[in-house]
Amino acid sequence: MTVSLTLENITAHYGKTMVLEDLDLHVGEGELVSLLGSSGCGKTTTLRLVAGFLEPTSGRIRLGERDLTRLPSHARDIGLVFQTYALFPHLSVRDNVAFGLKQRGIATSDRNKRAMDMIERVGLSGFADRYPANLSGGQRQRVALARALVIDPPLLMFDEPLSNLDAKLRVEMRVEIRRLQQANGTTALYVTHDQEEAFSISDRVAIMNKGRIMQLDTPEVLYSRPANAFVADFVGFENVIEAVATGEEGGMILAEAGGAQLKLPKSHFELPAKEFLLAARADGLLVAETGEGLPATLGLRTYLGRAYQYVCETRAGNLTANGPLGAPLETGANAVLIPQPEQCCVLHREAR
Amino acid sequence: MKRKLHPALIAFAVLVFIFLTGPLVIIIGSSLSSSEFLEFPPQGLSLRWYENAFDISAFRRTMGTSFFLAVAGTALSMLVGVPAAYAMARYRVELPGWLGNVFVLPVLIPEIVLGFSIMKTITTGYEVPVLPSLLIGHALLVLPYCVRVTGASLNSFDFSIEEAAVSLGCPRWKAFFVVILPNIRAGLIAAFILAFITSLNDVSISLFLTGPGVSTLPIQLLAHMEQFFDPTIASVSVVLMFITVGVMAVVERTLGLTFLTK
Repeated sequence: MTVSLTLENITAHYGKTMVLEDLDLHVGEGELVSLLGSSGCGKTTTLRLVAGFLEPTSGRIRLGERDLTRLPSHARDIGLVFQTYALFPHLSVRDNVAFGLKQRGIATSDRNKRAMDMIERVGLSGFADRYPANLSGGQRQRVALARALVIDPPLLMFDEPLSNLDAKLRVEMRVEIRRLQQANGTTALYVTHDQEEAFSISDRVAIMNKGRIMQLDTPEVLYSRPANAFVADFVGFENVIEAVATGEEGGMILAEAGGAQLKLPKSHFELPAKEFLLAARADGLLVAETGEGLPATLGLRTYLGRAYQYVCETRAGNLTANGPLGAPLETGANAVLIPQPEQCCVLHREAR
Repeated sequence: MKRKLHPALIAFAVLVFIFLTGPLVIIIGSSLSSSEFLEFPPQGLSLRWYENAFDISAFRRTMGTSFFLAVAGTALSMLVGVPAAYAMARYRVELPGWLGNVFVLPVLIPEIVLGFSIMKTITTGYEVPVLPSLLIGHALLVLPYCVRVTGASLNSFDFSIEEAAVSLGCPRWKAFFVVILPNIRAGLIAAFILAFITSLNDVSISLFLTGPGVSTLPIQLLAHMEQFFDPTIASVSVVLMFITVGVMAVVERTLGLTFLTK
């Protein structure tokens, strides 16, 4: 049974502080949506509202046909995976996994069989009689995953499940989470502050800030076509340059920015207005000695391994740009910054 | 390679050891004396004072009362203290900070004052019978230990396991019993032992609350000592000591005492 999760006009307060403002969110059947943002953006609050650990001030939460808004947490039937794993220290792996089944009044033999099957599916056969204290972090998170999955919940939720693991294990576990979620076709809500993690496993990602969703889209769209300056900055468009379109010339948009004329391919950019913002990643501004681009004076140079990065002084402000490894340029040198369309995007000025 | 120890350090350690164990040796020694007086070193060897201790019905009776008070008083106190400690740990942000201090008041107030005020209000004020007054007094006396020691294990508790249980379909009240309590077992046992021993040893509160026909063992020992200065007191003390050691041994065997060193 796959269902969708819908949050309608959710507003939430901690005391008098508003933490979520009129939030709408729809997670389709079998879809994995991530809530991405820095701490305090409201992503964990959203998850806790759906879990029933917090109550919204107003708004509705629906899971399929069921209205969850005022339902007690234990009756919501949601599988939850916590950042701290939250395994029961006094129970063996098998009893941890069987806990939810026990609450559902399933007979011991059936319960143990289903728990053992799930333990095997997460690759922990042979560990059933161990206690959480005797497991590594990765193994613990597998147990937590098995424990949430075994009750066959219509909705799975993850609260920063990988932040306590080391980098290598994180990649391994997120693949595992995605694999199990897709195999079961379970609708899932995933909370994280790690952009790579969110983008790699999600169907769609909601980037949050100050209790609001700034943009909800597929990772590809978020990465290449952010809707506003906040999202642009979040996904790595470090430079925002004010520009004005002046005309067109053979498939190129002519624009004036920082006292120079730039040519932007029409196929890549759809201008929101005549006056717009050009957002560029450091890789989106190529530092070259000559060429058609933004004139700049080079400042501090740092070595990135794949490129050199320069702090550049331009008439459009201080910008960060990358230059090729082959020819490092000296501090104080004059150069031009040539926009690379694939690493740039345009934004509405008001979206700043 | 040999570790070098300063002779003064060794001497200090030995002195501390003697200081700690000396009284025990003296009590055990004098309880075995065959003379009429409490003295050390003992004159002759006999078990007659042990026999005497068990012959005196007042000792048997008050020992029963003392154990009843220690068990029931502690149980009563845990019934109040554990939920209080839970609430204060779980809702640390929401509850006012001074609340925790209220529960240690019985330790801060001199026991004499506490005993007197309980007598004034409960025993004479509401005319509550002696045994229930004693029970209330002892429960109040040990409440700080119950709240503080359980609180210590709850303060480092990861309450997300409670949320995990709830998310798996376990109602909150049930999660308290199946998830919280089993995981603070060590703290509960430590609290119980501390409270039990405190109650068993109490003189100052019991002094005010004992009445006709009902007394506790420490009070009876005092009364006995005022009349007869014989080794019976020492032998009763030794019996008490071994019972305590016995209880600890049972706890150690069944549950482990590692929590005392943790």
